[in-house]
Amino acid sequence: MMKEIVVLSGKGGTGKTSIVACFASLAKSKVLADCDVDAADLHLLLKPRIKEDKEFWSGRVASIDEGKCTECGLCQELCRFGAIKDFRVDPISCEGCGFCYHICPVDAIAMKDSMSGHSFISETKYGYLCHARLGIAQENSGKLVALVRQNAKLIAERRNLDYIITDGPPGIGCPVISSLSGANLALLVTEPTLSGIHDLERVIGVCRHFGVPVLVCVNKYDLNEDNTDRIERYCSEEGIEVAARISFDNVMTQAIVEGLPVVEYTNGKVTQQIKELWQIVSTRLEK
Amino acid sequence: MIISVASGKGGTGKTLVATSLALSLKDNHKVQLLDCDVEEPNANILLRLPIKQSQPVYIPIPRVQEAKCTYCGKCAEVCAYNAIAVIKQKVLVFPELCHGCGGCSYLCPESAITEEGRGVGIVERGSSGNLELIQGKLNVGEAMAPPVIREVKRYTNPANIVIIDVPPGTSCPVIEAVKGSDFCLLVTEPTPFGLNDLSLAVEVVSELDIPCGVIINRVGVGSKEVEQYCCRERIPILLTIPLDREIAALYSRGIPLIEGMPRWREEFLRLFQDIKGMVPASRLAK
Repeated sequence: MMKEIVVLSGKGGTGKTSIVACFASLAKSKVLADCDVDAADLHLLLKPRIKEDKEFWSGRVASIDEGKCTECGLCQELCRFGAIKDFRVDPISCEGCGFCYHICPVDAIAMKDSMSGHSFISETKYGYLCHARLGIAQENSGKLVALVRQNAKLIAERRNLDYIITDGPPGIGCPVISSLSGANLALLVTEPTLSGIHDLERVIGVCRHFGVPVLVCVNKYDLNEDNTDRIERYCSEEGIEVAARISFDNVMTQAIVEGLPVVEYTNGKVTQQIKELWQIVSTRLEK
Repeated sequence: MIISVASGKGGTGKTLVATSLALSLKDNHKVQLLDCDVEEPNANILLRLPIKQSQPVYIPIPRVQEAKCTYCGKCAEVCAYNAIAVIKQKVLVFPELCHGCGGCSYLCPESAITEEGRGVGIVERGSSGNLELIQGKLNVGEAMAPPVIREVKRYTNPANIVIIDVPPGTSCPVIEAVKGSDFCLLVTEPTPFGLNDLSLAVEVVSELDIPCGVIINRVGVGSKEVEQYCCRERIPILLTIPLDREIAALYSRGIPLIEGMPRWREEFLRLFQDIKGMVPASRLAK
């Protein structure tokens, strides 16, 4: 039975991608998915060879035909996104609702499909990687995330793989919700800073809201052990397991610079801690 | 002057920079800090300003008066987000899909649709002396950050120095937060991740036609690629912050850098002078 785990954090930069790359190296039968579609980094460690590159067409943008426009100003008045100024559409502000298109008395407005990114299926030495690139300043990151997950699921089913391992985006909004819904487990990577704790609490809230079980991992735990204890107390009160403490160690950064998962870069303490974390995660997924 | 602090990659030190800049400037200027990272607002963890005002953010969603409705299906036809559906003798509204454009209520031939507010977040305000904080918080479980960001930005007073803490990434919440800025500081770290996401963030600010400069944080371990990139692209590196456990430890406890290590204040004042020199007067006049 295929299981899907998504790695999230709330706060950015806590080590999601480094940990997913290690899982890529440690897990046997899996497909990887990078759902951080607007600032994807996992490919920098997994070195994919792109096998399939598809354009992602999603959403529409209004466009005014100057020849037909009588400058009556109705569209400008009704647009709630402030996207029309001087009878021109600002494509960055346009949310593609089409209100202007429907109300223009002289049919001067067209809705044009917009190409908002690319989705990729790649091979890596760790197996398949599904990833994507959202175009700059584009909307619909949630839909592109859903497409990446769909691609990963199809590969996992077709090849009878055990795991989908997903690198999630920071935050708690649209792309996070899209990465999370229906997953078997969310691993939340946090750090012992007040911001890390605050953001962890909010992302736990989102996981609960969507009914996804969580495990927590404290990265850089020895940066502030009082805060690490606080996280563990909080999690224990909430009935959440803290699966690992990972040391604050520059090898994490050095491995990124070398373009390797840290478990392949060194055999030190951090590697042991991440191996144990994967043990706990995979055991939990068996249940 | 409006200065936004963005990064592409998360966790590079945006909030550290935004709060340090605000606290350095507040002795001699009126400063507003707008925390537009409404999914995970963290600036006030460091500033600790008492919140004096809190207002919910609503987006208008349709409310169908079934008595007037003829189930003609016009509303469902015009909704670009599939947020309203007509099935036989029933109209279904999916509030979480609605962007609040107002198309359905305006175009309903029977005027059977009115709008009601749906709370998606809150905007909080607090101040102390010359420093005012406005922060947005997206409700947990809500997907759309831009309406909350727009509400936060309504409090912008360009006569002040306005510092915007931007969410990570390059998609709609980032655009909403950054647009209208006079200058954008891009905070990165000297790793391939930092470089990749910096180059994406640079594309965003050039798309928006906003001048930018780079701050490299955690310099020490890492590579020279970010510096080489900035040099090649002619983007000024305005400040470097070393990889220093003391800085990280202060941050972990929620202590602002310039309180814990006051010598940084001079650096941030110099940074502000450099930014001022880079913003054309024509931009500010707008």
